[in-house]
Amino acid sequence: MHKRRFLIALSAAALLGAAGCSRPLPPHAYTADEAAALPVEYALLTPPPTVPGAIRRDHPAHVIVDLEVRELVRQLADGVTYTYWTFGGTVPGLFIRVREGDYVEVRLHNHPSSKMPHNIDLHAVSGPGGGAAASFTAPGHTSTFAFTAMNPGLYVYHCATAPVPMHVGNGMYGLILVEPKGGLPPVDHEYYLMQGEVYTAGRYGEPGLQAFDPEKAADERPPYVVFNGSVGAVSGDGALQARTGERVRIFFGDGGPNLTSSFHVIGQIFSTVYPEAGMGPVEHNVQTTTVPPGGATIVELTTRVPGNFAIVDHALSRAFGKGALGLLAVSGPAMEGVFSGKLSDAPYSGGLFEGYHENVAPAPLAAADDLPPGAPLTKAIQLKRGQRVFNASCIACHQANGKGLPGVYPPLAGSDFLRERGVRSAVIPIKGLSGAITVNGKTYNNLMPPQPYSDAQIADVLTFVMNSWGNDWGRVLPDDVKQARAGLN
Amino acid sequence: MIPLRILLLGLAAVPGATAKVAPGMARIPAGAYAYPISVAPGAPTLHVPAFELDVRPVTNADFLEFVRARPEWSRSRVVRLYADPGYLGDWTADFEPGPEAPADAPVVNVSWFAARAYAAWRGKRLPTIAEWERAALAGFAEARGADEPAYREATLAWYAASLPTPLPAAGRGRPNFYGVRDLVDLVWEWVEDFNSAEVAGGVTCGGTGEGVRDFTDYPAFMRSAFRSSLRASYTLPNLGFRCARSLPSSS
Repeated sequence: MHKRRFLIALSAAALLGAAGCSRPLPPHAYTADEAAALPVEYALLTPPPTVPGAIRRDHPAHVIVDLEVRELVRQLADGVTYTYWTFGGTVPGLFIRVREGDYVEVRLHNHPSSKMPHNIDLHAVSGPGGGAAASFTAPGHTSTFAFTAMNPGLYVYHCATAPVPMHVGNGMYGLILVEPKGGLPPVDHEYYLMQGEVYTAGRYGEPGLQAFDPEKAADERPPYVVFNGSVGAVSGDGALQARTGERVRIFFGDGGPNLTSSFHVIGQIFSTVYPEAGMGPVEHNVQTTTVPPGGATIVELTTRVPGNFAIVDHALSRAFGKGALGLLAVSGPAMEGVFSGKLSDAPYSGGLFEGYHENVAPAPLAAADDLPPGAPLTKAIQLKRGQRVFNASCIACHQANGKGLPGVYPPLAGSDFLRERGVRSAVIPIKGLSGAITVNGKTYNNLMPPQPYSDAQIADVLTFVMNSWGNDWGRVLPDDVKQARAGLN
Repeated sequence: MIPLRILLLGLAAVPGATAKVAPGMARIPAGAYAYPISVAPGAPTLHVPAFELDVRPVTNADFLEFVRARPEWSRSRVVRLYADPGYLGDWTADFEPGPEAPADAPVVNVSWFAARAYAAWRGKRLPTIAEWERAALAGFAEARGADEPAYREATLAWYAASLPTPLPAAGRGRPNFYGVRDLVDLVWEWVEDFNSAEVAGGVTCGGTGEGVRDFTDYPAFMRSAFRSSLRASYTLPNLGFRCARSLPSSS
């Protein structure tokens, strides 16, 4: 939904005096008389990606929010249109900013051209349905209700009319910021972003006016996952803009209706995250933050290097192929030393790590039966294959030198426990071993899980163990393992 | 042989096809109906006796006859309690629908009280939710429209489309299995028990959906939500109605 094609529904701000400043705040909410005594103000609502300016009042007000529901055909992607259901003509809906302690009067106007009844559930409301039933409105009607914004934070609002996933999927979600009394720390830019899914009947990119697909919604299989309502809404002309050396705050919400966002800006680290958009302790130096549907976050970052920084849901199939891709365009001089860019490009013909992979990396585990048909199973073959199994599994505990770790993992090298048992040791990798055992006079009490290997592989690895690090205790053959396994059943 | 077989199947498949049906009406056979939304979980399935339903919605020309006969229902004389100020708002004058309300287009901007009065004047009544929904359960070709992608798509397409002005003529839509037209692709329609508790429950007003029978029947949800947003005096530019008739008890 390209912001420039939208009517910008701005209510005129009218601050009618500040008579309430000296009056002490009520402890919780307002009585009718108290509410009537508050100065009245019309909320300035802004379309994405813009955010109303910080509230400068130092006292509560009776804030009137006029929100008009419109059902509008708009561009979803190049050549693709969709009938959006909107709060204020945009997806996400207009941004609402009030102050902690404000008495907020919500007037929901459902345009007469609407097919559907609609309502609003504001997560900032303490009350049944977040105001949903109180605001349930037929086409051509207006509903009014009020609440006290008692809890500071950033909250999702959405339509809650059945079928709810359809109303939300068609674009009926937005954000309301209940700014803490002391305000948020000043930054250079504030932006408004929301993620949402669109369940079109056609595949991604299929041209024409697309219908809603109830089955894809029920199965949570959206062809589109987008930022701010449409593919490309937050790139090109719509990209978020900043200069280097600036602080940027993003109010980010997930409208859903179904998918959790892994919100990430490629090539940036969030210097501050308000986890789940609450006003408790903040997190610093966050790469990716999780935002559930019906949830929000506030992230801040500092621009240090110019360039284009992709904004994504780091569940990357959504970014590359479903539309969850935006852009933060940073201009200006780079802060020196932060990032070099490419310094050189030279030919490379290999050889820098000659021998490294052969010596260090474990050899790939061979298939159990890689002997040519009819070839005899020699001890040499068993030792070679057994070493592969050992390196793939046993080495982690018993160590490359077979000595284990003192007091934790028993030794295999020179182990009286193994020597006495001989081929009967096969039961150990087959079914695992737990409980106290004594090896070379020392007690070990740990857990070895069963090893998921074939009879031939277990015969090989035991042969390897019984003929390494000075051990010389003979071979174990696949039939020995087979018998040991049969004895367990 | 083949045409005869189709004819016989046709007779067998449309109950009442051999009985006399009122002109302009279609017979909907008796059957079961379960509300998609129910306040009481496990609410019983209703038995809906056979009834007759207008093949098309009431038009402006039809309604003009009514207000001429009953001028207390004309635009300037209607009692405000029975119709809000938008009543017949697209008409030019009391007895003149005018260019925005073509004679053959469905009448809209009428209240439930007015729709009811019209039906009574015609010797009919409004259909109940169960009756209306039973008629709309049928697809174009089958008694179960849910199994018919074309029917489902047509229904969903209407919900997504803007309302044309003026409205197209009534009675031109593709007939459904029972021969009823325009049920799901022209205008919303008043029903007798639009404010029934069965549809005013939690789901439509932001609840969690307890008691929902079929979460995938989105059109039924939308109709339920729409009905539950209404009051009897409301008049909307996309809301009309059609009439129903019970069968004599002998049939």
